[in-house]
Amino acid sequence: MPSLKSLRVRINSVKSTQKITKAMKMVAASKLRRAQEAAEAARPYAERMASIMASLSAAQIGSDTAPRLMIGTGSDQVHLLIVATAERGLCGAFNSSIVKLARRKIEELTAQGKTVKILCVGKKGRDQLRRDHASKIADTVDLSKSKKIGFADAQEIADRVLAMFEAGEFDVAHVFYNNFKSVISQIPTAQQLIPAMIAGTNAAAGAPDLQGGIYEFEPDEETILNQLLPRNLSMQVYRALLENAASEQGARMSAMDNATRNAGEMIKKLTTVYNRSRQAQITKELIEIISGAEAV
Amino acid sequence: MAETVRFELVSPEKLLLALDAEMVVVPGEAGDFGVLPGHSPLISTIRNGIIEVTVNGAVTERIFVAGGFAEVANDKLTVLAEEAVPVKQLDRAKLEAALNDAREDAEDAKDDHARARAAARVEKYTAMLEAAA
Repeated sequence: MPSLKSLRVRINSVKSTQKITKAMKMVAASKLRRAQEAAEAARPYAERMASIMASLSAAQIGSDTAPRLMIGTGSDQVHLLIVATAERGLCGAFNSSIVKLARRKIEELTAQGKTVKILCVGKKGRDQLRRDHASKIADTVDLSKSKKIGFADAQEIADRVLAMFEAGEFDVAHVFYNNFKSVISQIPTAQQLIPAMIAGTNAAAGAPDLQGGIYEFEPDEETILNQLLPRNLSMQVYRALLENAASEQGARMSAMDNATRNAGEMIKKLTTVYNRSRQAQITKELIEIISGAEAV
Repeated sequence: MAETVRFELVSPEKLLLALDAEMVVVPGEAGDFGVLPGHSPLISTIRNGIIEVTVNGAVTERIFVAGGFAEVANDKLTVLAEEAVPVKQLDRAKLEAALNDAREDAEDAKDDHARARAAARVEKYTAMLEAAA
């Protein structure tokens, strides 16, 4: 039976923990709203870009001169996995679910005899992957300095990926991130970046109906495509980062909500124990007094 | 046929501008072009320059864009720009400082990649200064 004092101390410490988790939950909620707005604001650009890509690629697919970013290098020996995670923990299974997906992919690829390289974005993912795939990590991007994810951050990552691609360091690139579905549900997703995935359903729907007309291209298709593809890559990375940011806050919010509730339950239990033992002590003292008086 | 062109300017971060205009002049890679209602479908790259929007016979908006893409289809003009600033908001003093920075970076650049990036920045700020004049 713990003493009354130790129980009181324990209750107080749980109470202050609850205050912290509650505050974290509220901070996450307001950050989530901002992250969601940012993700929403980026949508028009992504949609328009997809529609231009769709219009352009229709003319280019199948031709030998199509840029390598679109059709790939013709081999799929070396894979680059861009694993985007958070910079901080305390957000439930957010980081580990991405890493789990990436790990599965790594195992699958190595089983097929392919070479895997990893580009980590965010230090939590790197810490987890370093345990058993340290030799495969090619580079790490640290985003802890930028408070709000801007397009420039994404562009920097995309630049690095492009430089590696041009240097022939890999053939296929995937990005791993959490797709934000709702506050309680984030879906770890793998998306292929290089070669660019255009033949998706949304791309086909994105091309506007020209009412019988065809596009003119200035200066020409190839030049436009060559400029568009790197930008498309930055955009995909940007989108992944934004989805990730929203998911991170969502995951943190629900994790902290759970923690607050658990703390509440714990306080309730401890208070019951505390009250019981206090009563038991009073009863004991009374019995002692009464039996003392009777003995006289 | 519609009387106006729907003009939308989007950056990766947000939809910057959406309005109906009589004419929009876009600084295309191969030369400026004006988009009027009934323009044939077109996709073009954009160089650093100014987009001029005409509504009711007067130029209402002058916006500086640093490269991007323009798409014209069905009386709708969409400009995808990574950076867009209204000309009125360009600040000469700040731009000159930024241009000098970029020039220094270009001189100090260690590899081709960094040099190319700095050169692009020099080009961008030079164009911005011209636009602000």
